[in-house]
Amino acid sequence: MSGVMKRMGMIFRAKANKALDRAEDPRETLDYSYQKQLELLQKVRRGVADVATSRKRLELQLNELQKKSTTYEEQGRKALALGREDLAREALSRRAALQQQVTDLQAQHTQLQGEEEKLTLASQRLQAKVDAFRTKKETIKATYTAAQAQTQIGEAFSGISEEMGDVGMAIQRAEDKTEQLRARAGALDELMASGALDDPSGLAKDDLQAELDRLSGGSDVELELQRMKAELAGGSGQQAIEGGQSGQAAQGQQQEAPRFDKQ
Amino acid sequence: MIVRIMGEGQVRVDDSRLTELNALDDELLAAVRSGDEAAFQRTLSALLDGVRAAGEPLPDASLEPSGLILPAGDATLEEVRALLDDDGLIPG
Repeated sequence: MSGVMKRMGMIFRAKANKALDRAEDPRETLDYSYQKQLELLQKVRRGVADVATSRKRLELQLNELQKKSTTYEEQGRKALALGREDLAREALSRRAALQQQVTDLQAQHTQLQGEEEKLTLASQRLQAKVDAFRTKKETIKATYTAAQAQTQIGEAFSGISEEMGDVGMAIQRAEDKTEQLRARAGALDELMASGALDDPSGLAKDDLQAELDRLSGGSDVELELQRMKAELAGGSGQQAIEGGQSGQAAQGQQQEAPRFDKQ
Repeated sequence: MIVRIMGEGQVRVDDSRLTELNALDDELLAAVRSGDEAAFQRTLSALLDGVRAAGEPLPDASLEPSGLILPAGDATLEEVRALLDDDGLIPG
């Protein structure tokens, strides 16, 4: 089918979906729709109640008319018994007029009863539909809530949700900060090592001082070595004199001396 | 199938009757496309009569979604064309 009927139907459905999509929360739309249905149901029920009230009123009127009719009949009988045919005729003619009214009211009563039955049936059907809608609405709402939660979980896992985005940003910022501090520390070390910056702790030394220290340290070693050599040289001369040892001993000392030198 | 006649209400039409109504519906679309106002009015009137005759009216309190929707009997060709061409009855 591709005629006007189908196309108009499609337009309406598309519009209805669009209208639903635009709503902030479809659950609210469903609740609103349910509310409207309840109002409609309330109207139908009021309608049923109005018709029932009218029917009751008619029944009361009918009872009244029936009573009056009986009264006229009795009055006519009494008038005849008293020989007043004229009065009897009047009473009966009034009763006849009442009977016409009764017939009209009975017809109205039957019609109202029919309407009341139809409305009651419609009200019951509507009630069933509203109940069914409520169940469906709750199911849809639950499904929607579940789907929403699922989406949020999915987003959280993929890190695209707003909250996770914030966390990601915070981590990134912390990492950036750490990197920045590390780079700064590295730069300071370099600057202090090069002597461009003074080390307030006094532990670090510049290259020049380090070289001087190294050189002075080296000369100390040399000086110590010379001193020790001198001691040894002085000590062996004394031994030779005191011990009276052969020249071999002195030679041995001499032979050992280079070993000291090498050390 | 439930058919809504705009401005009138809903009618439940037995699916077996849809074939004959479809023929008129296609004619109506052809009239809209060709811009034949006389043919449009004639066919729309025949289609609406056909739907009313074939269907049973739904009570106003009924909450059935319509499967098909028809323009009101007094709709003009231009109105229907506007409905079908731009974005429909409900703005947005």
